[in-house]
Amino acid sequence: MDKTPQTEPRQSWTFSNSINSEIRRAAETGIYDIRGGGAKRRVPHFDDLLFLGASMSRYPLEGYREKCDTSVTLGTRFAKKPIELKIPVTIAGMSFGALSGHAKEALGRGATMAGTSTTTGDGGMTEEERGHSEKLVYQYLPSRYGMNPDDLRRADAIEIVVGQGAKPGGGGMLLGQKITERVAGMRDLPIGIDQRSACRHPDWTGPDDLEIKILEIREITNWEKPIYIKVGGARPYYDVALACKAGADVIVLDGMQGGTAATQDVFIEHVGQPTLACIRPAVQALQDLGLHREVQLVVSGGIRTGADVAKALALGADAVAIGTAALVALGDNDPKWEAEYNKLGSTTGAYDDWHEGRDPAGITTQDPELMKRLDPIAAGRRLRNYLNVLTLECQTLARACGHNHVHNLEPEDLCALTMEAAAMAQVPLAGTNWYPGKPGF
Amino acid sequence: MSTTLDMTTTELREVNSTLQSAAKAHANEDYVITNPRGSHAMACGLDGPLSVVVKGSTGYYCAGMNKEATVTVEGSAGPGVAENMMSGVVTIEGDASQYAGATGHGGLLNIKGNASSRCGISMKGIDIVVHGNIGHMSAFMAQKGNLVVLGDAGDALGDSLYEARLFVRGNVKSLGADCIEKEMRPEHIEILKELLEKAGADAKPEEFKRYGSARKLYNFNIDHADEY
Repeated sequence: MDKTPQTEPRQSWTFSNSINSEIRRAAETGIYDIRGGGAKRRVPHFDDLLFLGASMSRYPLEGYREKCDTSVTLGTRFAKKPIELKIPVTIAGMSFGALSGHAKEALGRGATMAGTSTTTGDGGMTEEERGHSEKLVYQYLPSRYGMNPDDLRRADAIEIVVGQGAKPGGGGMLLGQKITERVAGMRDLPIGIDQRSACRHPDWTGPDDLEIKILEIREITNWEKPIYIKVGGARPYYDVALACKAGADVIVLDGMQGGTAATQDVFIEHVGQPTLACIRPAVQALQDLGLHREVQLVVSGGIRTGADVAKALALGADAVAIGTAALVALGDNDPKWEAEYNKLGSTTGAYDDWHEGRDPAGITTQDPELMKRLDPIAAGRRLRNYLNVLTLECQTLARACGHNHVHNLEPEDLCALTMEAAAMAQVPLAGTNWYPGKPGF
Repeated sequence: MSTTLDMTTTELREVNSTLQSAAKAHANEDYVITNPRGSHAMACGLDGPLSVVVKGSTGYYCAGMNKEATVTVEGSAGPGVAENMMSGVVTIEGDASQYAGATGHGGLLNIKGNASSRCGISMKGIDIVVHGNIGHMSAFMAQKGNLVVLGDAGDALGDSLYEARLFVRGNVKSLGADCIEKEMRPEHIEILKELLEKAGADAKPEEFKRYGSARKLYNFNIDHADEY
């Protein structure tokens, strides 16, 4: 028997098992990997920030006794009818087509019970969604699938989508499996084709044109509806400044952890900036223009807890939007479907082939049998509960910092656990009064 | 009897509000807009039968999202004329700039002069008749409806086309990805004949060639990657 000492088998960090599996998959299929969701890589995030809490220099408010307001008004700049929300958490745009009708109904029910808004997506407005959403934001997307002036007028706000965090600069692809008769009809496309969502708008280019486009939409809707502009986390300072110039009432800023129904993995993981890195430049742009709080900022991309909500608000956001977390609240990636995820080559928490339409949870599918698995009433209640928890947690933290409105949270309430987070959030590294890039150092 | 709205003395909001209210009332009234001075977003969002004549040229998005109304521009139109139109008739006596009829769902856009690039981009059921020439990338990703061109078409006509029908009488500089010339069958002659009549175009259907989708890009196929 050979007893020559040998080194332990050593895996390559560069060529990890995960990387190698992707190389094998690419070699087998000849096509890039498409998936749903947002960036899965570890990036600096709200977890890298902590609240300082009250101390000698400020006093806290009593939980459950002293009021901590959570109301938000969106669209105060130009719109005749701004949106009043009870909580600073909204539901992000997700399309009927990517999601089932039951899922859209559940989002509407949950959001309405919690006193907030939900948002359409590529593919137009469904009756399920409008009927169950007291406040509905209608997305105006490059594809204009299902776009019509009647729905524009019956929306409560209009969100012009310039980009999204999962794929700034990219369009979308809804694979043929999900282009059923109903979805195809709403999009004026043949059944079963792979449906491409364009990456840029067909009838305007740049902020000067967009200003005129917004004028047209306001003229069509009697200047009543708040106009949101949604941008992906690419160049937040300039994107926000230009959105203001174009006439936005509200800016939705979506970082790279923000989800998508389907895009190339290489796009999701390698384009755009982390949500944490986007907020301060965006707020700075608003402050430089004298528009902070006049043009409201809604931040999305990886919001999961009330702490995330509170930290985003402390950095200067007016509200946040949730997408992936809302789907999880409805039942996405639930362990009860583990056996079925396994059959699809995945596991609970990792299932992201939403574009294939075979979602065991019945959420990201158009399959009639799978769709039945989601009870929109029960799922709506779960979403309501989750939204309530986010709000209660956010209030708890705001009270601990001595604030009677969640909007009074401020960067001075925070410190950072890492140099990267300190630099991005521009709050001091814990135990210091310094952050990278701080003026004067 | 028509009502005149003079844009030297009437603000855009008041002009549109007046027209929108009249359209909604289904009163079939006639309006004339004078001195438009290239204003943007004129006569947009009309939702009912109404006749509007614009005495001059317009800026961006004239007659945008039109439903049922008849809008005539006695001049040229800026970018995005009749964008996302649902129904009705929009006539441009002069030329139209980029994106004419973009994403339109229905109705007739009748351009008596030329149309610039991306005419009929992402059209979803609208009929567009251009008496002159059209620019490059026209009917890009066009989904449904008919685009009729009496003159020539620029580069990359019908790139990434879906089910829209393209009829061109003159020369086509080049066809875009997945766009091919197709047989002109009797049903296409009928469609074309009707559209030419509606648009008051002096041309015979037999003089046109039909272009449509080869449908090779409808479902992703790695062997077609060079086309993208």
